[in-house]
Amino acid sequence: MTTSTERPTTAALTPRPGWRLALTHTKFQILETVRIPIALVGNLVFPALALLFFVVPQREVADNPVFATAAVAQLGMFSVMSVAMFTHGVGVAEDRALPFDTFVRALPAGAMPRLMGRILTGLCLTALALVPLVLVGWLLTSATLPLGRLAASVGVVLLVAIPFTLLGLSIGYWLSSKAAIAIVQVVLFPLAFAGGLFMPPEVFPPWMNSISLALPSRAGRDLLVWVTSGQQLPASTIPVFLGWTLVFAVMAVLAYRGDEGRRYR
Amino acid sequence: MTAPPATPSASSAASSPVVTLDRVTRTFGDVVALDDVSLDLHAGQLVGMLGPNGAGKSTLLSLVAGLRRPTSGTVRLMGRDPRDPVARIGLGTTPQETGLPATLRVREVIDFVAGHFPDPMPTAEVMDMFGLGDLARRQTGSLSGGQKRRLAVALSIVGRPRVVLLDEPTTGLDVDARRVLWDAVQAYHAGGAAIVVTSHYLEEIEALAQRVVVVDGGRILADDDLASVLSRVGSRTVRFRLADAAAIADAGVLALLEHAEREGDRWTVVTPEADDLVRSLVAADVPFTGLDVRGATLEEAFVAMTSPAATNPVTTTNGRSAR
Repeated sequence: MTTSTERPTTAALTPRPGWRLALTHTKFQILETVRIPIALVGNLVFPALALLFFVVPQREVADNPVFATAAVAQLGMFSVMSVAMFTHGVGVAEDRALPFDTFVRALPAGAMPRLMGRILTGLCLTALALVPLVLVGWLLTSATLPLGRLAASVGVVLLVAIPFTLLGLSIGYWLSSKAAIAIVQVVLFPLAFAGGLFMPPEVFPPWMNSISLALPSRAGRDLLVWVTSGQQLPASTIPVFLGWTLVFAVMAVLAYRGDEGRRYR
Repeated sequence: MTAPPATPSASSAASSPVVTLDRVTRTFGDVVALDDVSLDLHAGQLVGMLGPNGAGKSTLLSLVAGLRRPTSGTVRLMGRDPRDPVARIGLGTTPQETGLPATLRVREVIDFVAGHFPDPMPTAEVMDMFGLGDLARRQTGSLSGGQKRRLAVALSIVGRPRVVLLDEPTTGLDVDARRVLWDAVQAYHAGGAAIVVTSHYLEEIEALAQRVVVVDGGRILADDDLASVLSRVGSRTVRFRLADAAAIADAGVLALLEHAEREGDRWTVVTPEADDLVRSLVAADVPFTGLDVRGATLEEAFVAMTSPAATNPVTTTNGRSAR
């Protein structure tokens, strides 16, 4: 400290490890989110309530282990999707509008720790949203998840969160917060419905089913249903899932770059 | 107690600069926000940056903070590109008063910022320094304007940076609240940090700065020690009415009125030589009415500085000629 006077430019410039910075940002964002509980409640309890009101009373579904498990899985997919699109879509757009965002950009952390913090926050909220859903499914329906499938299921939840996180980020970096809220709401429910997250796709007419099969929500749903209940995976699911993931990744990168270009050239 | 990493505050010119701008130009579309600006900042300097709104002060600071790229020229912070996060370990900035995350507690915000630096001050120490100890558990949204300002400045030094940028740190505060902040800034500066303070208030610059940089129209108009710049902005505005310009025959008076603005019979002169002007108007028996002499506002002083009357070259004590 005392001998560094000759070269003050390098002596103290030891960056904190990236994972520490990511955790710092995660903690900050989680604190911010939980301080406005109403924003959380809608996201967290809606899927569990939907299960409670629409599935539990239908005993022919609720008492059939395969149907019940699929019902929990598809509402789980809705949790993943809505948390990803709200925290990343609306959350990023709102943050960009705040002057504090400019301040945070001048702190000694690159884009990665901030992004990692955001993604970890989204995953924590997803996990939180799945708890009441799984509890309702476990206690009030015949849905089952053998221990052997549990680990694989957690892995698939993380996997299906990827494209929707990317979609959320594209919306968040592309749009203003007001537009982002509108777009997330306009996109989320039709995508969820047509993807078979509220009603099983088995009841869809064939034309609707073929549209459904091309949607990312359906691909995610089928992956989750497959891993939890062992139902067969349609042949189109994996290519559709990878295709949308790629499209959303490109959109997210373009939106992020565009935002940098507009504001920070 | 709150010293940043040790650097010599005396003989600072001998050390390598902590911030360098070399022929930096920054444009926004057709607007030239900074025009070929060169500037060095050394450890231990407390620099006041003065200039009207839109002068280019904020653009200059945003380049040093790595928030923007220069259109041409180079900016260096701790010898590196400020867009490199490693360079910004040596940098502290303040959020805007309105920009604090409203739902977070004071302690949480300080911890968050401190978490970015390798050797931050203990949070309790920072809170004591700025009188925030009793507010640790308050959400920032419930703080008063003065408390928010104190927190904002606390955030700029919690990481013990070598360079601190304070963009209008006390705008809107009363005199007492201002002094508390000035004391804290000076205490931190005493540890050898380089600090840049922008302000609209001449008073603030007088209280804090040793070196003053005056910016307008994207250029540095003056870069000198405090006393020299103060004498240059010590202009006064002289107003009077005089219908017939031909009534002035005296050559000396005419020379003093060379840069006067006329609107009908109203004359306005911004000049550092107000006493001489009035004396000679009276001595030459000019039939003026409604004489009014006031201290020039900073804005008026800047205009006077940019006008041809003020083109005598500005010498600097900082090794670079002002443009």
